[in-house]
Amino acid sequence: MSNAPPLLQVKNLRVEFPTRRGTLVALDDVSFDIAPGEVLGVVGESGAGKSMTGAAIIGLLEPPGRIARGEILLNGRRIDNLRYEEMRRIRGKEIGAIFQDPLTTLNPLYTVGRQLVETMTTHLPIGPAEARKRAIGWLEMVGIPAAAQRIDSYPHEFSGGMRQRVVIALALCAEPRLIVADEPTTALDVSIQAQVIALLKTLAREKGTAMMLVTHDMGVIAETADRVAVMYAGRIAEIGPVREVVKHANHPYSEGLMASIPPLDRRVERLAQIDGAMPRLSAIPRGCAYNPRCPQVFDKCRALRPDLINAGTTQAACWLYDTETARD
Amino acid sequence: MTDATPMFEARDLTRHFDVSRPLLQRMVAREGRRILRAVDGVSFAIPRGTTLSLVGESGCGKSTVARLSVGLYGPTAGSVIFDGRDLAQARAMADQRRRMQMIFQDPYASLNPRWRVADIIAEPIRAFGLVQTRGEQELRVAELLTQVGLSPLDGQKFPHEFSGGQRQRISIARALSSNPEFLVCDEPTSALDVSVQAQILNLMKELQQRLGLTYLFISHNLAVVRQVSDRIGVMYLGRLAELSPAESLFRRPRHPYTRALMEAIPDLDMTGRERIPVGGEVPSPISPPSGCAFHPRCPLANDRCKMERPDLKPAGDAMVACHAVEEGRDDAMPLPAIARDAA
Ligand SMILES: Nc1ncnc2c1ncn2[C@@H]1O[C@H](COP(=O)(O)OP(=O)(O)OP(=O)(O)O)[C@@H](O)[C@H]1O
Ligand SMILES: Nc1ncnc2c1ncn2[C@@H]1O[C@H](COP(=O)(O)OP(=O)(O)OP(=O)(O)O)[C@@H](O)[C@H]1O
Ligand code: SF4
Ligand code: SF4
Ligand SMILES: [Mg+2]
Ligand SMILES: [Mg+2]
Repeated sequence: MSNAPPLLQVKNLRVEFPTRRGTLVALDDVSFDIAPGEVLGVVGESGAGKSMTGAAIIGLLEPPGRIARGEILLNGRRIDNLRYEEMRRIRGKEIGAIFQDPLTTLNPLYTVGRQLVETMTTHLPIGPAEARKRAIGWLEMVGIPAAAQRIDSYPHEFSGGMRQRVVIALALCAEPRLIVADEPTTALDVSIQAQVIALLKTLAREKGTAMMLVTHDMGVIAETADRVAVMYAGRIAEIGPVREVVKHANHPYSEGLMASIPPLDRRVERLAQIDGAMPRLSAIPRGCAYNPRCPQVFDKCRALRPDLINAGTTQAACWLYDTETARD
Repeated sequence: MTDATPMFEARDLTRHFDVSRPLLQRMVAREGRRILRAVDGVSFAIPRGTTLSLVGESGCGKSTVARLSVGLYGPTAGSVIFDGRDLAQARAMADQRRRMQMIFQDPYASLNPRWRVADIIAEPIRAFGLVQTRGEQELRVAELLTQVGLSPLDGQKFPHEFSGGQRQRISIARALSSNPEFLVCDEPTSALDVSVQAQILNLMKELQQRLGLTYLFISHNLAVVRQVSDRIGVMYLGRLAELSPAESLFRRPRHPYTRALMEAIPDLDMTGRERIPVGGEVPSPISPPSGCAFHPRCPLANDRCKMERPDLKPAGDAMVACHAVEEGRDDAMPLPAIARDAA
């Protein structure tokens, strides 16, 4: 990668949820960069804070959630403290969002075509006729059959995977520079998935579009991401080049996660699993949040919280890689 | 197996949707009605205590079969037989309804946002009168929450306080709460990370072994499907292309579409194996191609394929709807890399 400045910088991000039972810390000291044309994959335990990180970046944290500390910069400019209207413009034009939940993005009362056309006429210097033509083109690009015939359908008339493809088309059609994609291909079959991934990669390569790609699908990560961040209990447990993180994870949680991937080439009696569950936000243990489930836990892990440190090929938040710590 | 009646049977199951534009617009444009054949003559049976999975491209009709299977849609033609009874008949009896449950593809749409999680999970328990006291109900809810990897304390929260994957666990707990014998699972784990997915799939297998549950399982993740299925049905445009014992399907996929589908699986090992999307256009279910619906994309298609629709016929231990397979000229298409590696 050249030394182009990062397109997106997230610095020490902390997100809190004030509740009657006290303040919940949903994201704690999360930092990462994404360069133009780069795809950062984000994986991790369900509930770890992946969607929350995406929501914070696009300025759509659900109240009472709020950014309590840290900064988010797009092209060197802070965007975490912008007014709603200003952020709304950025969101359509510079950041495209693909949400995990297609129903929040699609308006059930409008046809799919109308939603695409309105997005384009708002953010691009084109009229409705041109926008409709492009809308059909985008629907074709994301693999909707008979796009010209189905453009006037309502969202509920589409299958789950087809709705998701409409959401993808909506995020891409205004040609943003950063795409925050939360499980964009989860509802898609492998073939359409291959097509959508190819489309996203082309955008990254040819237009320099950067992407934060949240997904549970390690196959998609392996194919698409340049780097991967593994999240656990509101923090980044490990971050590094995709091949290293997927094939030679250093953090014990990443290792357990990768081991749980069901094999394709054989049937096993029982899948490898990490026993237990991630702690609830209100009961994050002292020290390393993974310590109650970690097979390699030692005393220090229960007392002190590890920050990301150099673990050779990747950075891992784990005391095993602390050279000062003589492991007993 | 002592009881030979299958738990579940779909007989020539068909569901069409009318997706015509409003009458006035149709008159102006001089166009007729548009009928979408979401499911078109699908037959299969699921023996008690086994799992049948449906795979296939998005929009091929999997969720529609799922909804037909539990009576959320009525069939346009054909029928669904639940434990030897017509489904409509079975649905009229509360004690039969309790025996079937569905886990939906979309964990957002299927949970009532205004209810606390404990009430959502307890609803079937109450509706079917499965416990006598409030205390018993609380115990059961706590047990279910723990079973799916949540905490009993989570019962007091509302759905919006959970992540996507956590919500899917709630819907699984709810589906299990009425002690069903037949579970229709539409993409039950695709919103979950792989470690929770492994826990849920292990749990589902364990429940099956312990309680003899029968599953209709839908997923587009073929690795997951391989782990859970006894048999697999591959759907294409509303019809079954192939119905096969699970291991045979992976070792020797026969239908050209099945083979193409397997070539499109993402390459996790980063071996550089090329991922080949199924070529050609995904056809429209409103005006499906003549003859075999796969013919515009099939490397083995010939004139017969364009005219005559193939029916499911036995081929080895599978059932395959393909003229080339029937005529024994399917060797012209290579086995996918995954199957080659296994051989
Ligand atoms: N409105 C809210 N109030 C309180 N807690 C919340 C709220 N919304 C989310 N959370 C909590 O914040 C945490 C992070 O949620 P997030 O949606 O980011 O998870 P995720 O990593 O995207 O998980 P998944 O993979 O399941 O989608 C979860 O533990 C969730 O329970
Ligand atoms: N209520 C409806 N009205 C009109 N068309 C519908 C309706 N429900 C489904 N369809 C259509 O029926 C076809 C099959 O849809 P279905 O939801 O069964 O697909 P699927 O195989 O589950 O796909 P996916 O993998 O994307 O979930 C699609 O073309 C869809 O647009
Ligand atoms: S810090 Fe300790 S408990 Fe945490 S992952 Fe590393 S070894 Fe395990
Ligand atoms: S029937 Fe013909 S077109 Fe259809 S899958 Fe077989 S060979 Fe291909
Ligand atoms: Mg999420
Ligand atoms: Mg579906």
